[in-house]
Amino acid sequence: MLQVGLTHFLIVSAILFSLGIYGIVTRKNAVMVLMGIELVLNSANINFIAFSKYGNFGLSGQVIALFVIILAAAEAAIALAIVLNIYKTFSNVNVDEIDHLKE
Amino acid sequence: MNFYDIIFYIFAAITLLSALFVVTTRNIVHSAFYLLFTFFGVAGIYVLLGADFIAISQILIYVGGILILLLFGVMLTNKITNVEIRTGTVHMLPAAIASGIFMGAVVAVMVWTEWKSEPSVTPLTTTKDIGHLLLTDYVLIFELLGILLLVALIGAASIARRDKE
Repeated sequence: MLQVGLTHFLIVSAILFSLGIYGIVTRKNAVMVLMGIELVLNSANINFIAFSKYGNFGLSGQVIALFVIILAAAEAAIALAIVLNIYKTFSNVNVDEIDHLKE
Repeated sequence: MNFYDIIFYIFAAITLLSALFVVTTRNIVHSAFYLLFTFFGVAGIYVLLGADFIAISQILIYVGGILILLLFGVMLTNKITNVEIRTGTVHMLPAAIASGIFMGAVVAVMVWTEWKSEPSVTPLTTTKDIGHLLLTDYVLIFELLGILLLVALIGAASIARRDKE
């Protein structure tokens, strides 16, 4: 059981995913919610690369992990632009208080 | 238990402990810095899985790009008087129970499933093969992601710009 195999990587990824979900659900600050999303995307990437190695699919899993990283970068840029706009409009970024699209 | 296993456990511990601190500490700036260690730990796990190019991309894009962007987001959306920028939390107990149950269920599935595992002989460097795949099998997605990044760049700039008075 101590011999590291596919299962170990999958367990690390599952724990990271749950921590990310916990962060997304409990945090009020929108930037902290984004950090939770990054954790979830990282755990998905670990799964892609682990299956790419242990499933013998060639390098497709690694290419898809690269695409996920690129999407995460685009998502972070757009989300932070939206967060800055929300801060300009409402003067705070607590996701439980913001329930209008405009003032 | 050989060298590979010890390195794996070290990186897994770094990743999971710092991820735990990211989601539990109340100081946002501390969270952002713990996230740095999480990204480094995940990059180490990628290296252990034979994905050297992805590990370098992870460090360049996540640590060099996304984390800096998140820190800018923290700095620009708070009235800064000192580094003690705190975040409120909601639904702590239900969220802990729910994500704990979810984690238990997924880990149980991962442990009990009989995975058909046949480790591939990974080449020493993957960069050349990834480049080849990007321009043959995945060329459409590659081009689409280029367009997506351009759209995201223009969109972010136009959303965040100041209105003309």
